Amino acid sequence: MSHPILQGTDLVRYYEVSKGLMKKPGLVKALDGASFTLSAGKTLAVVGESGCGKSTLARVVSMIEEPTSGKLLIDGQAAIVGSVENRKAVQIVFQDPYGSLNPRHKVGYILEEPLLLNTDMDGIARRKRAEETMERVGLRPEHYERYPHMFSGGQRQRIAIARALMLNPRVLVLDEPVSALDLSIQAQVLNILADLQTDLGLAYLFISHDLSVVKHIADDVMVMYLGKVVEAGAAKDVFGAPKHPYTEALLSATPIANPGHKKQRIMLRGELPSPLNPPEGCYFSPRCRFADDTCRATAPELETVGTVKVACFHRR
Amino acid sequence: MLLNIQNLSVEFQTAGGMFRAVDGVDIQCERGEILSIVGESGSGKSVSMLAMMGLLPWTAKITADHMFFQDHDLLSMNKSAHRKIIGRDMAMIFQEPMSSLNPCFTVGFQIAEVLRLHFGMGRKERRKRSIELLDQVGIPAPETRLAAFPHQLSGGMSQRVMIAMALAGDPKLLIADEPTTALDVTIQAQILELLTGLQREKNMALILITHDMGVVAETAERVQVQYAGQKVEEQHVMELFNTPHHPYTAALLAALPERAEGRHLPSIPGVVPGQFDRPPACLFAPRCTRKKDDCDRAVVRQDANLGHALCNYPIRGGAT
Repeated sequence: MSHPILQGTDLVRYYEVSKGLMKKPGLVKALDGASFTLSAGKTLAVVGESGCGKSTLARVVSMIEEPTSGKLLIDGQAAIVGSVENRKAVQIVFQDPYGSLNPRHKVGYILEEPLLLNTDMDGIARRKRAEETMERVGLRPEHYERYPHMFSGGQRQRIAIARALMLNPRVLVLDEPVSALDLSIQAQVLNILADLQTDLGLAYLFISHDLSVVKHIADDVMVMYLGKVVEAGAAKDVFGAPKHPYTEALLSATPIANPGHKKQRIMLRGELPSPLNPPEGCYFSPRCRFADDTCRATAPELETVGTVKVACFHRR
Repeated sequence: MLLNIQNLSVEFQTAGGMFRAVDGVDIQCERGEILSIVGESGSGKSVSMLAMMGLLPWTAKITADHMFFQDHDLLSMNKSAHRKIIGRDMAMIFQEPMSSLNPCFTVGFQIAEVLRLHFGMGRKERRKRSIELLDQVGIPAPETRLAAFPHQLSGGMSQRVMIAMALAGDPKLLIADEPTTALDVTIQAQILELLTGLQREKNMALILITHDMGVVAETAERVQVQYAGQKVEEQHVMELFNTPHHPYTAALLAALPERAEGRHLPSIPGVVPGQFDRPPACLFAPRCTRKKDDCDRAVVRQDANLGHALCNYPIRGGAT
């Protein structure tokens, strides 16, 4: 087994939000204790609905934000926000390729900027590296002189991936990289990501709400609900036999592209509670069909059950 | 026939000349039926519906051989007569529930507006009916929700309010344009359940526009696949997923991650043609694996047992 590149222990990120003049600020527990390990050549997928803290996790792991508490280790060393070495190791691709590329820069400059800032390569070497990377993600050399608006969504996402690759990272954080793309383009981008992983031995932290994509790409899965990890384990175990009622509901709510497939759908009542005012006990209890008084009073810890980790009183 | 549109084309005047967003599309729909229109962005699925609703800007040029809703001719009808039907006999809900509601007015006001304009109901009656509608779409404590502003509602709740507004006129045809794209999967499941439930209960026709093959498989009865503004295939949902006849449909289905075997997905090379690189005959030809020389000269429409496929060399039999 390869040793972990990236290790997070009890990562926590709270935000203070103002509730109005003269009132005490509220605390949003956007990320409330997430632990994981990520090894070279592996993909860890983080799934959950909006507001579950998956994007906050991405920001903490890519060191855009410092965790409120908890430890993030890169190669066994504590990560420091702002450290150039750490930045080189972990790069991020964002969801919306229309918003993440500067419209005033040419593709060439967008790709070379990370090198300009973080290395002492000269112009010729930078250009060579940019062209190599462009070829790797399926962009043509003539695209070097073009502006982002001349590209379609899929090609823009390729540029964003190329930019993330420029510093030879070990880990790519992919925050919903294919959600904004059409189906036929989505397949192209997923294939590029798979090839890159095989060729370069990259580790992916893949954040998505689309379970059919996650099933396809992930080795390990972490299911989150309101900032907490509710279930984590190997993808085939979590998808094969979901142990947490939320995972089960999430899987059954995902539409399957097979009209002959008739399934028992578990309807979740209600909606995600506000993270400003989470329910007592287990956060999932108001929507859970198994919830009883214990669930409503105390929060379950993440415990190992068989091959996976689950935070629930009812499924062990 | 509730809705019968033949050879609908919509063109937009742009700086680079006329751009054809919808290119000779036929749409037929009966009462009590769920028709799904699938396609990627730019396939003209929304524009054709907006054209029918009369919601396109004046820059759009709409032509059709035949455009009938019940016995109303939508082509020759004047604007005010058209307005009497839309929102009443045919209604539409949109993708972004948050931005479709007016942020300056309460939910109650916006629902009652429909009732006032189309039915001339009095204040008390309007309130009663609004509560009834909100209750129908599964909003808890509807009396208190009437005073809520859209920003106080979540995405799922706003979409329910949109559905309530659409139902206010007891429509015979409901058009849902990507109603769940902006919502989370568990909420998506709730909304789809609600829509199909209401469709059955009221015996409406539902036209569901989507790009999500999973949603199509689970809700639709008849499916129409669009590509670059043209209808390329039409079949019942079972047959479409089991034996697609158009190469585009087959490639789209094969690109689904859940159907993939192994790490590589069979992707479709290239992108949808734009305004300036439109192929001469078959629009899918540059990306097609079954393309032959004559595909660049002309393309024929196959008959019903080949899914009305717009293709010279459709896929026959079980091969996908």
